[in-house]
Amino acid sequence: MHPKTSNMKCNATMLPLGESAVLVEFGGGIHPDTHRKVKAFTEYLDSHCLPGMIEYVSAFSSVTVFYDSLMVKQLHQDHVELRKEPSYRIISVILQKIVAELRTGDGQEARIVEIPVCYGGELGPDLAYVAEYNKLTVDEVIDIHSMGDYLVYMVGFAPGFPYLGGMSEKISTPRRQSPRMTISAGSVGIAGVQTGVYPIPTPGGWQLIGRTPLALFRPNENPPSLLQAGDRIRFYPISQQEYEEYKREPI
Amino acid sequence: MSIKVLQPGLLTSMQDLGRYGYQKHGVIVSGAMDTYSLRIANILVGNQEGEGALEIALLGPSLEIEKDSLLAITGGNLSPTINGKVVPMWRPVYVKAGSILQFGACKSGCRSYLAIAGGYDLLEVMGSKSTYLRAGIGGFQGRALQRGDVLAVKSPHGASLDRTEYFKRKYSPESFVSSSWYAGRPPIPQALRLTTIRMTRGLQFEYFTAESKSQLLNASFQVAAQSDRMGYRLSGVNLQLESPLEMISEAVALGTVQVPPDGNPIILLADRQTVGGYPKIGQVAIVDVPILAQVRPGATIQFQEITLEEAERLYIARENDIQELKTAIQLKFL
Repeated sequence: MHPKTSNMKCNATMLPLGESAVLVEFGGGIHPDTHRKVKAFTEYLDSHCLPGMIEYVSAFSSVTVFYDSLMVKQLHQDHVELRKEPSYRIISVILQKIVAELRTGDGQEARIVEIPVCYGGELGPDLAYVAEYNKLTVDEVIDIHSMGDYLVYMVGFAPGFPYLGGMSEKISTPRRQSPRMTISAGSVGIAGVQTGVYPIPTPGGWQLIGRTPLALFRPNENPPSLLQAGDRIRFYPISQQEYEEYKREPI
Repeated sequence: MSIKVLQPGLLTSMQDLGRYGYQKHGVIVSGAMDTYSLRIANILVGNQEGEGALEIALLGPSLEIEKDSLLAITGGNLSPTINGKVVPMWRPVYVKAGSILQFGACKSGCRSYLAIAGGYDLLEVMGSKSTYLRAGIGGFQGRALQRGDVLAVKSPHGASLDRTEYFKRKYSPESFVSSSWYAGRPPIPQALRLTTIRMTRGLQFEYFTAESKSQLLNASFQVAAQSDRMGYRLSGVNLQLESPLEMISEAVALGTVQVPPDGNPIILLADRQTVGGYPKIGQVAIVDVPILAQVRPGATIQFQEITLEEAERLYIARENDIQELKTAIQLKFL
C-alpha cells in the first residue's frame, strides 16, 4: 500500500536550541518521505549509545537531540580537532556524520495498530455536526473515517497523543467555536484536516466523533505510549455495548 | 517516620530533577522549577542531589514532623518557622519529633524546597519522583499535597545518616538545631526589583521586526498572573514577526521563549509541552532558569543577550561550583 521509496539519502541542517539541544532539520514539511528520514534517524539513535545524549524528540520534519554539554565535552576528548569547540559543534559534527550515512530504506516495516472506536452518541457528540458540515450522512462519515490509513507522524502535545496524517478532506471540519473545558480520555476528534485521539482529559476545541476504549497513555508500561511515531493506524467501528465490554475487560 | 500535612499551601508538590527519556512519547519533563535550590537542599542533608523534595510555591504549607529528622530549606524565603521560631535557610536543620514547620509571608523569590535526610518514600514513575500534575502521575499520588496527607520518609543511610547523627549529638532542648554556616545561597529575586535574565537568540529570532528585536533586549517585561509551572507569560511589549511564518510543530526546550500571534512572549518552564509550533525568539540560559523560577507573577524582568558559547561556559562553571560546594560541605562533617 505504501511502498518504501528505496534508499533515499538524507541530509539535514543542525540548529542550536539553546546550549542543551540540537534541532536536526530534514526539511520537506509534513510528508511521508520526510517522515522516513526522521524515522531512519531515530531508529539509529534508538539502537546506538551516543555519549552525552539525554533523549530525543522527533517531530514532522525534525529530530531534536537533548544533551548535557559538560558530558559531551568530557566524553568526546578523542575528537582532537574539536576539543576546544563548544559542545554544540561537537554534537553537530557527530550527528551530521550519522545523517550522512543514513538510508531511509533500511528501516523496519511500519507497525499497524487497530483502534476500536464507538462512533456517535454520547461518546461522539459532534458526529452529526461533522456529517452536516460536509453534507454527508453519519454513516458515511464513519465509513470515511474508519477506512482511512493513517500515519503517526509524531507523538506530543499530551502523553501518547498522535499527530496523524492521512485523513480524507471529505470529513474535514473546523474546530468548535467554543472549546470544551474538558474532553474525556479516549475521545476521537477532528480539527481541520487532522484527526487524533486524546490520551488524557484535556480542554480542547476538536469536534468529537467517537471514543476508543483503548488506553493510549500507559504510565506503568514501557513504552508508556500505545502509539509510536511511524506506526500506521486503522480505526474500526464498534457498538456502544462492545465499548462497555472492552472497558470492563481490556484485551 | 513521616510528615503530616496540616495545611497544604497553594501548590506544594513533590519534584526532583525531572523525568527524562520519555519526551518522545509526549511525556513532559516536569521536575523542580528551581533545580539549583532543590539540588543544594539535598546536598545539605547528605542525599543524592536529584532526590525528590517538596516544592513549595508562594503560600507555603504547615507540616508536622512526626519523627526526629534532618532537613534543609532552600530557594525563595517563605518565612519558615518551627514551633513559631524562625528557621535559617540554606543549612541542615535537625528537628525534634512533633515540631510544626510552618511557612508564612513570601519575603524573596516564590518557591522554597524542603529536602529531608533519607528522602521521601515514593515510587518512581518512569524513573522520576516528579509530580506530573496534568496526567495525575508521579510524586505523591500524582497531585499537589492536600490536608491530611501523610508523607512517608525513608530512613537515612550513608551520608544522610552520618549527618543526622552529627546533629543529634549537638542537639539541645530547643525545638531545632542548625549549622552555624550556610551554603550555596544565590541572589534570590526580590519582588520589586527588576531581574536580568540572560538568553541566547532563538531559532526564529531573525524573522522578527527590527523593533521587536530591539525591544526584546531593551524593554522590560512583566511576568503575568497566569504564569505557572508550564510557562511564564510576559506582557509589556508586543513582539511581531516581519511577515507571517509557516511553522510546523517541533521540539521546544527548557527556557524557550516562544511568541504566539498575540505578540506576548511565553517562557517555557518545567511543565512545558514537548513540542510547539510558535516562533522562538530566544532561549533563556540554563543557569538563569532557577533565577527566573524565583521571579513571582507581577514582577518585571529584562533580557540580556549572550552567545551560545558564553551560555555553555556559564553552565559548565556552575556545575563545577556545585561539585566544589558538595566537597566543601562534606569536609564540614569530617
